[in-house]
Amino acid sequence: MAERTMDTTLEREFGLRSKRSAWHHFVRFIREKPLGAVGGFILATAILIAVFAALLTPYSPDEFDADARLAPPDTTHWFGTDHIARDVYTRVLFGSRVSLLVGFIAVATSTVIGTVLGVASAYFGKTLDLLLQRVVDSLQAVPGLVLALTLIAALGPSLFAVILAITIVRWPGTTRTVRSVALSIKESQYADAARAIGASDMRIMFRHITPNVMAPVIVVGSAVLGGAIVTEASLSFLGLGVPANIPTWGNMLGQAQQRYIAAGPWTSIFPGVALTVTVFGINVLGDAIRDVLDPRLRGSR
Amino acid sequence: MRTYILRRLLLFVPTIFGVTLVVFVILRIVPGDPALVMLGGFEGEGTFTQQDLDNVRKNLGLDKPIAVQYVTWIYDAARLDFGDSFFTNTPIWDEVRPRLPLTLQFALMAILLAVIFALPMGVISAVRQDTWADYSLRIFAIIGLAMPTFWVGSLVLLGLSLQFNWIPPLGYTPPWENPWTNFVQLIFPAVALAYSTNAVTARITRSQMLEVLREDYIRTAMAKGLRERVVIYRHALKNASLPVITLFGVQFATLLGGSVVIESVFSLPGIGRLLIFSINVRDYPMIQFLVTFIAFIFLTMNLLVDLLYGWLDPRIRYD
Repeated sequence: MAERTMDTTLEREFGLRSKRSAWHHFVRFIREKPLGAVGGFILATAILIAVFAALLTPYSPDEFDADARLAPPDTTHWFGTDHIARDVYTRVLFGSRVSLLVGFIAVATSTVIGTVLGVASAYFGKTLDLLLQRVVDSLQAVPGLVLALTLIAALGPSLFAVILAITIVRWPGTTRTVRSVALSIKESQYADAARAIGASDMRIMFRHITPNVMAPVIVVGSAVLGGAIVTEASLSFLGLGVPANIPTWGNMLGQAQQRYIAAGPWTSIFPGVALTVTVFGINVLGDAIRDVLDPRLRGSR
Repeated sequence: MRTYILRRLLLFVPTIFGVTLVVFVILRIVPGDPALVMLGGFEGEGTFTQQDLDNVRKNLGLDKPIAVQYVTWIYDAARLDFGDSFFTNTPIWDEVRPRLPLTLQFALMAILLAVIFALPMGVISAVRQDTWADYSLRIFAIIGLAMPTFWVGSLVLLGLSLQFNWIPPLGYTPPWENPWTNFVQLIFPAVALAYSTNAVTARITRSQMLEVLREDYIRTAMAKGLRERVVIYRHALKNASLPVITLFGVQFATLLGGSVVIESVFSLPGIGRLLIFSINVRDYPMIQFLVTFIAFIFLTMNLLVDLLYGWLDPRIRYD
């Protein structure tokens, strides 16, 4: 009975505390990391634009205006039109969808795979660890974009292939980081205690170790999101990413580069700026999150 | 020191084998039937007979068991026989060799540019911490991190063609034929490629310098009346530059990946453009070779950087 009272008090206390501190942390974050807050604002805006793209423009991304081919920016076409007379502004808005979608999905999948394998590698050690780490070595020995291109060469260019390629490129890094943190947690007293009361391997791995590697996982995740978006854009730019008829920033830049950049600089400048600003926002937000969550990793990127 | 080198070399060999295995699995097993994809494309379009298909399978050794295929490939590669390109039917090495000088020279120029600008930028940023010079250099660097390499390349080309109505001459002239044409052809792509590398290096140099400048020996050097310039470059930068060197091993990957895209932007006939072309025509033997080759160069660079690091910093020993 006494135990139970204590529990609920703790719970209430903890609940109250965490509620107050969430807001408190938010305000403190903005005050102490203004650049990071700007990054957060940029990312939030990009997400809103991606969601409400259709409401922000009178045109559809595939619609063409027969009178205005490669027209410079004016009041009807804010960012001008491209080589087949499509509205660049509309395509930039819709382009954010694929960029963010690919980025978030690829980071989510590579984070889940990287975390599970990293924890398992650290926990079981021995042969599994040895084999996994050699696989990680081998994957990291191929430059990221080249590895992604190899997968595209095998699968053919498609949205799915791009996401899979970025996942394959990104999980080894996450695994490395998670493994090194998990190794020290495995030796901690609370892991020992859990083992002593007879907790199963799965329980120790997922209830005790995994929650404690979340901080570095979030740091790595926010650091690779920008890179994932740039990789998608690079692949699409080369004509080996998302199919050309889907509006993405990489596709727009690739088509502009091929023939029309001097005739219509706006076809390259606007998607390029959108891409750069988004990645900039994600990077500075990631840096700020890293400083807050794990000061030891400061300056590691 | 000897054990350090030995250990490092021992790690190199299994990794290279790992790479060949990874590349082999991706290119020979993932697509199902590579011969079918090579002839018919990813959608299976095009016309070819069963005879063609059998020929391709036989040529690539696809009619043999997977393990035999892998061992044959490794065995041939060890004797520097990399097979024939599926597209041109010439030996792969004959296709690759003439393109090698370009990519190597180009990567070297980009690294040099990145160092020449990044080190002073990082030093100035650290010494003048929290002044306008620091802020503008940091903003310059952080934008460089966010701008995709290929777009920087596009903008360089766009700027040249709009401002001067001129773009660098296409193709590649080796430096021993015409040094000036060679320089003009490569300097702009090298600048575009160097920008992001430069940004990372400048940031690390800055943070390392900031740390070193707080050390006691710096205060001692200042206190005994040495000139600031001497303290900064002889005492501080020397110690701050060690981590910057390790960084180059890692950055070489970004550089190699970046050169793939930049070569396409500037129509430079190098290794990267050959890779893109081979993917487009589904020249599997060529792709397989190029990816392994790029990984080999990258691993070798990393090995050299590690050895250099061990030599420069006597505290580092591999045990």
